[in-house]
This record gives sequence, structure tokens and C-alpha cells, in this order.
Amino acid sequence: MTFVVGDLFLILPELLVITAACVIFVLDPVLHGPSKDSLVWLSLGTLAICMGLTASQVSAPTMVFSGLVVIDAYGAFWKLLLYFVTGLTILLSYSYHKEERLYFGEYYGFILLALTGMMVMVSAADLLTIYLGTELMSLSLYVMAGLKRAEPRSLEASAKYFVLGAFSSGILLYGISLLYGATGSTRLSEIATAIASQGVNDPLLLFSTILLAVGFSFKLAVVPFHMWTPDVYQGAPTSVTAFMAVASKAASFGAFLRVFIEGLGGLKADWSAIFLLLCIATLLIGNIVALVQTNVKRMLAYSSIAHAGYALIGVVAAGRMEGSSGIASVLLYLALYTFMTFGAFAIVAMLRKGSIEGDEIEDFTGLSKRHPLAALLMLVFMVSLAGIPPTAGFVGKLYIFKSAVEAGMTWLAALALIFAAISAYFYLRLVMVMYMREPSDYSETAPHMVMSPTLSIVLACTVAGVVIFGVYPNPLINFAMQAVLTLK
Amino acid sequence: MTGFPWLTVLVFLPLIGAIVIFAVKDASVRLLALGITVADFLISLPLWWLFDASSGQMQFVESARWIPALSINYKLGLDGISLPLIIMTTILMPLCILISWHAIETRVRSFMAMLLIMEGAMIGVFCALDFVLFYVFWEAMLIPMYLLIGVWGGPNRIYAAIKFFLYTLAGSVLLLVGILVLYFQGGHTFDILQLSQNSYGMALQIWLFFAFFAAFAVKVPMFPFHTWLPDAHVEAPTAGSVILASVLLKMGTYGFVRFSLPMLPDASRLFTPLMVALSIVAIIYGAYMALAQADLKKLIAYSSVSHMGFVTLGLFMFNIQGIEGAVMQMVNHGITTGGLFLCVGMIYERTHSRQIADNIGLTKPMPRYATFLVIFALSSLGLPGTNSFVGEFMVLVGTFLWSKIAAALASLGIILAAAYLLWMIQRVAFGVPADHALPKLRDLNLRETVTLVPLVVLIFLIGLFPNPMLTRMHASVEKVIARVVPLPQDETSALNQRAPSSMQPRLTANVGLTISQVSVPTPRFSEIATKEHRP
Repeated sequence: MTFVVGDLFLILPELLVITAACVIFVLDPVLHGPSKDSLVWLSLGTLAICMGLTASQVSAPTMVFSGLVVIDAYGAFWKLLLYFVTGLTILLSYSYHKEERLYFGEYYGFILLALTGMMVMVSAADLLTIYLGTELMSLSLYVMAGLKRAEPRSLEASAKYFVLGAFSSGILLYGISLLYGATGSTRLSEIATAIASQGVNDPLLLFSTILLAVGFSFKLAVVPFHMWTPDVYQGAPTSVTAFMAVASKAASFGAFLRVFIEGLGGLKADWSAIFLLLCIATLLIGNIVALVQTNVKRMLAYSSIAHAGYALIGVVAAGRMEGSSGIASVLLYLALYTFMTFGAFAIVAMLRKGSIEGDEIEDFTGLSKRHPLAALLMLVFMVSLAGIPPTAGFVGKLYIFKSAVEAGMTWLAALALIFAAISAYFYLRLVMVMYMREPSDYSETAPHMVMSPTLSIVLACTVAGVVIFGVYPNPLINFAMQAVLTLK
Repeated sequence: MTGFPWLTVLVFLPLIGAIVIFAVKDASVRLLALGITVADFLISLPLWWLFDASSGQMQFVESARWIPALSINYKLGLDGISLPLIIMTTILMPLCILISWHAIETRVRSFMAMLLIMEGAMIGVFCALDFVLFYVFWEAMLIPMYLLIGVWGGPNRIYAAIKFFLYTLAGSVLLLVGILVLYFQGGHTFDILQLSQNSYGMALQIWLFFAFFAAFAVKVPMFPFHTWLPDAHVEAPTAGSVILASVLLKMGTYGFVRFSLPMLPDASRLFTPLMVALSIVAIIYGAYMALAQADLKKLIAYSSVSHMGFVTLGLFMFNIQGIEGAVMQMVNHGITTGGLFLCVGMIYERTHSRQIADNIGLTKPMPRYATFLVIFALSSLGLPGTNSFVGEFMVLVGTFLWSKIAAALASLGIILAAAYLLWMIQRVAFGVPADHALPKLRDLNLRETVTLVPLVVLIFLIGLFPNPMLTRMHASVEKVIARVVPLPQDETSALNQRAPSSMQPRLTANVGLTISQVSVPTPRFSEIATKEHRP
């Protein structure tokens, strides 16, 4: 393996982010009080620079470090999405942590470390690089989930996440090692060549595919590997929950699609059958269990499980047909999902009940009377999550279902749409509580929204995304299509 | 197409208005909403005369690429079927604003915004020529309507709102699957006109028919999917009830005539007996239920089920009289039932009760109100000279051509309508309260009178001069019929088969009759009438 200095320029965004993370870790103990705000601006500045750098990398694939990493439009799509989400998370955390009295400068360092892991995941062309990225991301998230040290729920979330995450990483690693045994390489392109030449009937190959599918299913929170999700999402600080629900899911999908399309594309028939089962189970459990939740964070956790199910429809469709519209629909879906889910979590984060979060559904009672604007935004997010036009959620679902029908799975589209109709019930229950119930409690401790400039930016960005891409999704669709073309 | 983008303006003026309304002073909210709806009405009015009645083609077509990657276009246009419905909508909306003038005191701004969004979406549904665009408008109505019922409704509003929402959403999910399947089977396009020209296999048609049926039948609502309607009507504010009854229900039947019939002609013919049976059950069952109601709004809600039964019945006759009568009846029901709901809303503002028992003997204290109520009720029961007579009569003529028994059963609905409406009038207008104390109530003021007068004018205008509307829809209806029933090879032989043994030849026979007699000149109402009297 030769080391080419020029390669370092291609991974400049990753280097910048990790440098910024280290700088934050060093500066944090030195800075005190309000000057810690500079860490926020440092992180945001880094993201802005990286955004510019990555935008220039929307191009044909370039192999870096002898094929360990690949710089292409596909990776750039996910990275730009991840910068956006990370930026929103930092802005949200800035207000949220003030309310929660969580003054940890290193928090921003961990966000950037997690981001680095995610960036590595989506641009890795080698299974071990992917594993490296996954671990970097997960370890940072374990710490972030337990940030509310005084709250047992937060600690429980952290511990649970760690144990199950480690377990799933083990399975992933086992799959990688078996795949190495079967094909003689961890490089995705070489695995694809090996599968093409030696045929697909090797049981070892199949077994390793299953293990990889299980490993990724944990990260994607796909039923039946979703058990950790509700508890972790509920226990973790809401800013971290939003980050996990959106960014970690996006990055996992990014790596997952690359592995299964580029590396295991020859086994399409096998893995699409596996994911078909997982997809139906995910839609079923995610949507049905969400119906009975009384905590908004838990409800959104099940909703995020269900949405992974919808995205999986696109994956199954991609496995059943030629052409890239199936994968493009997954990319589009996750990008649109980002706006609505993050927006919803942002509202939950800033609904305060005294000094704690108002994250029960009851806490939203009569919100439209007290904070008409917040209620309206939540309405838009819920409508979009339910997939009702003219919102982003509808466009995403339309594209996904279109690829399902194109792949000859009309029944799956019909089934998923029935689940979408069921899901409308729990999304609308929140709307009902906000709009159709009178606030019972006007006292000081009654739930109220804490607005702040940073929160306003977050909400403006997310709601603009939901509405604009709901009416005019062309730029995003075109970018997604361009991105999947670089996948082999 | 060049020219003024009439339809875009019609759709987006209210939508923009719904945003602007949040920027004006409290005092001018109602005026602005009224201004926007009246402006929309004035813009829609010239279409009536600009419309070329001799052509069955889509007119005022506007087309633009919307989401090219998914081959979705922004395409609007209207024909003789959608034109009357759009104008009916624009006429009703200012009235909805007027009736809510004092009835709605909380969150007026949002209420008016919801009404305006509804207007834009409803007009959009009637003139969308791209299937996805249609679906977007179709679904976009759910949330405003849900909020209208749920926020400004009666005591049991939350239940009614969610029931309405889930019923209609569950119905329309399969529609979306149907649209996607059609896209791939019909040559990778969502263009409604193009999809209406292709032919599809029988098995596919049957599937699609049921997918469409689920969406449209819930909306109409056809028996047995009607159970959301009484709840929604009773709980909705008056304006919501009017929109629901007058416009939303029409979208279901519009869906049948715009999509099911031309796109799935073979399946439509196959399921005619089912549709006829459901329609007749709805006519009779709805009427019986209406007889038993003590709540005025429920009574009118069930009468809607019954009247919409006539519409679906007429649509599936596949002859000129049936379909024209049905479209006519769609507009008539909108006007008449809208008027009835407005009346109920007005009395509710005074007595705070919709129970018949609480509103007895209104002629003395409110003579003007009673006059309007009686006119609307008589129109609803199909008194000759009023609009509903024309529509129902044509539907019955069309049905008679298909099956005498079906026509006889459907006629029962008219008799029952006379029963429940006259009985209602007898009590509400002319009754004497149990304690012999007539209520002291204020009669209609100017605003309320202005709200009702346009509808009364329309009732008699359409009732006495139906031809302007019939001529405008004629070419479009013929186009639908030509799609759904292939021309018979031998008209005369078909005519002679008056005692058929099976369903299929009989159907052909009727069409032969229709085409031979009606197709050459535009049908005059008088002609149709004479036909009925012919031995």
C-alpha cells in the first residue's frame, strides 16, 4: 500500500472536522462561562467550510488510500446532509443545553467526532473502513446519550445503547470476517468481483450476508433489532435523540446501501428477500406500537423505526429491478425525513414544563392557544410524517412507492400505504391535543415553549425544507439521482 | 396554450389569501376573506360564457413541468363536467364566509384561512389533469377539514373529526397505489387524458376499479361507507357542513365520472349491477334514516346519502340522461343541501339547538326564514320547477331505460324524501309547540338574507332553464359514454332486443336507443320529457 500525500487533500473535510474536535477538547477546560460559546461558532464554522469543500467533490468516484476510501457524488450527498443535520443539532443543543443546564464544551467535540465517523462510513470503500467509521460514530453517541448525568434514564439509555451497540458491532465484524473468508478481501469492489466469478451459491457467503444485514439492521433500528431505540431515544437528551434519529440513521443507510449494492450486488436476490421480511415487520411494529405511546419522544422513536421501514421498501425495490430509481428513492426519502423528524424533535426539546422537558403527549394540550406558531410548525411536521401532501413526506413516499410498483411489488406499496393511514392516527392525535383541547393549566409550571434565536433558525430551516421540497423537490431528486449514478 | 391562466388564478388566489389573511388587522379578517372568495367567484364567472359548449375537449388547459424526474406535470383544464362544479364551488364559498360572520368568534383568522385553503384545493381537484396533482389536491383537503370540524365543531367534534379523517384517508391510500399502477401500465404518464385513452386488461381493471371505488365511495359516501357522514355533519360548524355536503361529496362522484368510467370502462360495466344495488340501497336506506332523525343536521345528512345515491345511480347508467342527470344532480344537491345547512346554521345561532322539537313553529316569529326553508326543502324533494326535479327526473329516465325495476325502486326515494322533508317542514315551519308558546326569535337580517338569496335564485334558474347547463356538459358526457360503451354494431337490431335475457345485450340496447335519439341535436329538456311520455 502506497501513501500518496495528494490523497490527504481529498479527505480534507474529514481532517478538518477531526481537527476541530481536538481543538474543542483542548480549549474546553481553558474556557469559562460565556466564552464557551466560541466552541459553538468554531464547530459551525468548520461545518460551513466542509460544506464548501464537499460541494466541490460531487464528481465521479476517486479512490483514495489504495481504495480504502472513495470520494464520489454518492458520499457527497450523504455528507452534505450530515453537515446540515450536525449544524442543526449544534444550534438546537445551544439553546437546549442552556435550559437543561448542561454545560459541557466537549459535547460539541463529540458531535464532530461522531460526524467524522459518519463521514468515513459514507465514503468508505472497504468493510474495515466502514467498521472504523461505525465505531467512531457509535462510541461518540454512547457518551452523548448519557450526557444528563443526574438523570437515571439518560444513564440507562447510554448503557443500553452501548451494550446493544457493541453486540451489533460484534455481529457486523463477524460478518465481515466471514465475508473475507469467502471472497478473500474486505474491499467492496474486490468482493463484488469475487462474487461474480465464483457464483452465489456459497453458504458461507450467504451466512456472512445475513450477519451483515443483522449488524446494519441494529444501526438502522429495523425490527426485530429495534429494541434499544425507544428507551435510548426517550432517555437521551432530546438534542442527541434528534441527532441519532436523523444523522446516525442517514449515515448507516449510506454505508449500508454502498455495501449491499457495490459489494454484495451479486446477491441481490438473497438480500432483497431478507429485507422484504424485515421491512414488513418494521412497518408493522413501528406503526402499530406507536399508536399506544403516551410519550412524544417514544412515539417519535417508533415513528423513526417505521420510517426506516418505508426506506427499506426502496432498498427491496432496488434489489428487485435494474436501474437506480430504487436507491435514489431511499436517498430522497432519508433527506426529506431529516427535515420533518428533526423539526419535530426540536419542538419537543424546547417545550418546557418547569425545569424539565414536556415530552408527554399531555404536555402539548392546547399548545395552539399558547404558542400558535409552534403548534402550526408541529402540525406541519406531523402532517409530513404522515405523508399527506403537499409536504415533503408525501413526495418521499410517492417516490418510494413508485419504485416499489416499478419493481412489481404493488402489494407491498398497498400494504405500506395502509400502514401510512394507520400512522396518521398517532400523528394526528398530537395535532388533536394541540388544537382541539383547551389548556387546563395556566400556571407557571404549565408547559410552555422557550423560543430562542438558534431554535428559530432550526425551525425555519426544517419547516422550509418540509414545505419547499413538498412542492418543489426537483433539486433534491436530481441530486439523489446524480449521486446514485456513482454507485456501481 | 396561451391566454389568461384562469384556472391557476382560481386555485391559487384563495391559497395566497389564506396566507395574506394572517397579515391583516383583526377587524378586516372577515372582509378580506369575503373579498377573496367573491373575487374568485367573479373570476370563475366568465368561464361560463367563454366555455365552448360544442367541444368535449378540455378547455383553458394550462400545462407546465412540475417534477420531471417523476414525470409529474402541473396540468389544469376543465370540461363540461367540471365547469358547473367549479362555479358551484365559487358561488358557495362567499356564502360560507357570510354564514360564519358571527357564528365563529374564536380564532377567526385561522378559520377563514382554512376555508380559503379548502376552496383552492376543491377547485384544484375539479380541474387537475395530472393524476398526482389531483391526488395532492384531494389529500390536501383532509387537514383543513379535519381542523374545521375538530376545532370549531360541536361537543363531540374530536371523535367526528378523526373519524372523518381516517375514513377518507384509508379510502384514498389505495387510490394512490392505483395511480402508480396506472402509471406503469398506461405508458409512464400521469396525464389523465392520456390514461383515459389507453385500454387495460380486464383483471387489472377490476383491481383498479376497487382501488378507485374505495376512495370515491367513501367520499360520496355510498352505502355502507357512509357512517362518517352524519357524525361529521352534526359536529362541523355550519360552513364546514356546507362545504362537506355541497362540494366534498361531489368529489367522490366526480372521481367516478372522471376516472373510473373512462379509464376502466370494462370493469365499470361489469360492476354496474353492484353499483346500482348500492345506490338504490343508499337511496332508500338514507331516506328511511332521515325519517327517523330528530336532529335537523342529521336529517339532512341522511338525506344527502339518499340524494347522492341518485347521482351514483345515474352515473352507472352509461346513457346521456343518466350521466347528465347525475352531474346536474351533483350541482343541484350542492345548492339545495347547502341552502338547507345554512338554514339550520341560522336557527342554531338563535335557539342553540338543532333538535326539531326545539324549533317548532317558526313561521310566526320568522316568516322570511320559514319561506327560505320551505323553498329549499321543496327543492330537495324534487318539486317540479326547482332544480332537483330536473336532475332526479333525468336520472330516473336514464334508469328506466336500463331497468324498470331499478327505476321503480329509486323512485321510492323521491316519495320518502317528500315524506321526511314535508314532515320536517310541517313541524319546524308550521307546527305548534307543546306549550303553545311560540318562540320569540329575530327574523333574518340583511346578511343572512343575502346569504340565502343566491341559492334560491339558482334553484329556480336551473329548475326552469336547465338547458344552458345541459348544453355545456353534453359534449363532455358523450365523450365519457363513448369511452365506456363501445358503439353497437347494429343499432336497429339492438333496439329490437327489448326483452333481453342477460345484462350485457340489454345494456347495449339502451345505448343504442340513447345514441340514436339524442346524439344528433343537443338534448333539450323538453325532448327528454316527451320521451318519457311516449308509450
